[in-house]
Amino acid sequence: MSKISNTIEIRAIKKAFGQNTVLHDVSLTIQGGSVLALMGANGAGKSTLVKILSGVYSADDGEILINGKKADVSTPQSARDAGIITVHQIINDGVVQDLNVAENLLLDKLCDGRFGTYISKKALEAQAKPLAEKIGLTLPLDTQVSELSQADKQLVAIARAISDKPKLLILDEPTSSLSDTESIKLFEAVKTMRSQGVAVVYISHRMSDIRTLADNIAALREGRIVGHFEPPLDYDAAVDSMLGHAVGAVSHQYQSGEKKVLELIDVQLKPETEPFNLSFHTGEVVVLTGLLSSGCTSVVEGIFGMSPYALGQIVLDGKHWVPSNPTHAIESGVFMVQEDRGNNALIPDFSIEKNVSLPFLKRFSTFGFIDTKKEKQVVEEAIQTTKVKYLDQTELMTTLSGGNQQKAMVARWMIDDCRVLLLNEPFQGVDISSRRQIGQLLRNTATDRATIAVCTDIEEALEIADRIIVFNHNRLIGIHQIDQVHMPTLIKQIAAAPTPNNNNTTIEEVTDEKYA
Amino acid sequence: MKNTREFAIKYGLLILLALMLVLFSIAEPAFLSTINMMIILQSVSIVAILALGVTATLAVDGFDLSIGSTAAFSMMTASYVMVVFDGGTTMAILAAITVGVIVGLINGFMTVQMKVPDLLTTLGMMFLLLGLQLIPTQGRSISTGMSLANGETASGTFSESFLFLGRARIFDIIPVPVVIMLVLAVITYLFLERTRHGRVMYAIGSNEQAAKLAGARVKFYRYVAYVMSGVYASIGGILLAARIGRGDVSSGNSLLMDGVAGALIGFAVLGAARPNAQGSAIGALFVGVLLNGLTMMNTPYYTQDFIKGMVLVAALMFTFGLSNKRA
Repeated sequence: MSKISNTIEIRAIKKAFGQNTVLHDVSLTIQGGSVLALMGANGAGKSTLVKILSGVYSADDGEILINGKKADVSTPQSARDAGIITVHQIINDGVVQDLNVAENLLLDKLCDGRFGTYISKKALEAQAKPLAEKIGLTLPLDTQVSELSQADKQLVAIARAISDKPKLLILDEPTSSLSDTESIKLFEAVKTMRSQGVAVVYISHRMSDIRTLADNIAALREGRIVGHFEPPLDYDAAVDSMLGHAVGAVSHQYQSGEKKVLELIDVQLKPETEPFNLSFHTGEVVVLTGLLSSGCTSVVEGIFGMSPYALGQIVLDGKHWVPSNPTHAIESGVFMVQEDRGNNALIPDFSIEKNVSLPFLKRFSTFGFIDTKKEKQVVEEAIQTTKVKYLDQTELMTTLSGGNQQKAMVARWMIDDCRVLLLNEPFQGVDISSRRQIGQLLRNTATDRATIAVCTDIEEALEIADRIIVFNHNRLIGIHQIDQVHMPTLIKQIAAAPTPNNNNTTIEEVTDEKYA
Repeated sequence: MKNTREFAIKYGLLILLALMLVLFSIAEPAFLSTINMMIILQSVSIVAILALGVTATLAVDGFDLSIGSTAAFSMMTASYVMVVFDGGTTMAILAAITVGVIVGLINGFMTVQMKVPDLLTTLGMMFLLLGLQLIPTQGRSISTGMSLANGETASGTFSESFLFLGRARIFDIIPVPVVIMLVLAVITYLFLERTRHGRVMYAIGSNEQAAKLAGARVKFYRYVAYVMSGVYASIGGILLAARIGRGDVSSGNSLLMDGVAGALIGFAVLGAARPNAQGSAIGALFVGVLLNGLTMMNTPYYTQDFIKGMVLVAALMFTFGLSNKRA
């Protein structure tokens, strides 16, 4: 492969979906032979940008230049022809399980007929071999892909992607389903690509990946590039700008919890991580924060009975309690507003009314028959207190805007009283005014229950939390009281690379220090 | 334009049904007679019961291809109990219903626990039952006086009360199977539309993950759906045995296709665009009216399957093509 460095320029890209502007004027320059880490919280616009670069969406405005010439990215095929190759987050989308490694590497050729009708195994392997070697893939080429580890599948997908000499390689969360040792293989492959002059955009939430690979960092937030970092890289500053450093955004009083409702005792999220204890009280709102796959989600999913902890116990209202599944959790008074409501919460064929009442049908039923009058009335009250804007509650749920759908999903869990309300990324895809309303509502209604929310975005966390608890690589590493938050420490904890042995001391340091 | 389209989606099938009734009765005045109407209803009743059963599995986004053979196997079981064991009406009915429950549980186990796709599970079950029904009688039909494998002659008979289920008419007009079908249609309608169980089943069918996270007992309701479908099929089998008065090895053949067609045509009734009890019953009626009318007008029998197929395809186009609800 040639060592010619390519320069890729992204100029003033804009994209809006209806009223919602996702990208405002994004410009970036990526030099060949370097890795640019693109950081951004959920909903920052990363995936939209990737989709524009790879030809899935077309930008409303702006252009992409490769070595000074305008590149055509109007369709996925033309983006590929221009030399922009994307490897997506979901590994299984990039490989065909039932074919072997050689066939997967040459899949594009096989599909467009460049191979002819009769395919000789020898010719196939002869052509596949250099592709595999290019990124250091040392596997027998006739291995069935379904038998490979996740890392090897990922490498196969990448090797296939780069078979057409790329100029720009985009890796979207490539390590999200890889173990640490598997990731090392991938890093080697990326470094090999870099040394061959390819420009790499590396999207990840894992700070350890970014520390290993990144030459430059760009932070994307609410559709704008809010920070561009060059060596020597200041990782904390990068995380800070990506998450939005809204110091002083705390507008509410710290509310200390009253009665202890829920306790986690000696919980370990992974067998190799250190155990931690946490307790949650009525009246307080606790936010768990950390980058993607930091473990926050595992904490709340464990409490809701979705996936048990590696080790540890849960105490609910003074009694040991093992949630076996969501049904059991709900019966015990533990409710959860799910993230990604399209997949995890909405029933697309149901009206607003039926969507909201779904978990509590028993309450409106006698001998199994639903009292629709009562249902209508209770749902109406619930969606009015959460300020859902709607015309008719018998309309389909999908007719509401994102923010209103989310308000309705919160309303769903306000129908009945609960002991613990869990919320996973409750502000995902929610406009700012809806976000304020939901946050206000959560604080106003928190009196008789423990409220635990997972928010990656620090600004969101500061808006609703009484206590912020930081997780990093499945370890609890910091607890902050809202009136004593020291932002640099908080950011440092979120961005810290995993150092398995000194975590316990970190916790003590933080809780003892008084910042104000 | 938009209104015309909505109107077509909502009432298209019902208008078509009314149109057929008018056309057939103009062409052949005897068509509209009470007796003929009852013949239509009677011929439709068993198919409609099967369609109602499939509706339950469709509601949870499943499918049951084994209904036809479950009905046939239940028919053979009831006949065998009566003719070979001389077991009497109650035993025959209980045995047949047990068959339906067991088939439903096995289908549920395969799809829920073993995670085999619905279509494959029930296709396998269909073959299994079609084969199994032939084994006890060495492939022969069951009737009084048949000779058994050990050389003896079967001494049992179909009891009067059993045959009553298939042949009698209430007030000398309404056949018993029609009454049973109507009762089951009402029960299914109430269950699916008015109880929380039905509501949850539709939720599972629309977004299983979301339903589960809202506390729905997904596995339980999948079992419920398959057991319902199995039991309805076996009720259909009992009525079939009672109507023809013997265990006929080939009489269940067309039940599957007609039942499924009824349930799928039901999607188009009143623009529901989803499985629904009232639609399935009307869908079955639609097929029955069509076939009866064509028969009375001396259309050759060998064109009937083709016509059924055409109606089904057209109805599906109505539902899915015109409706923008499920793009």
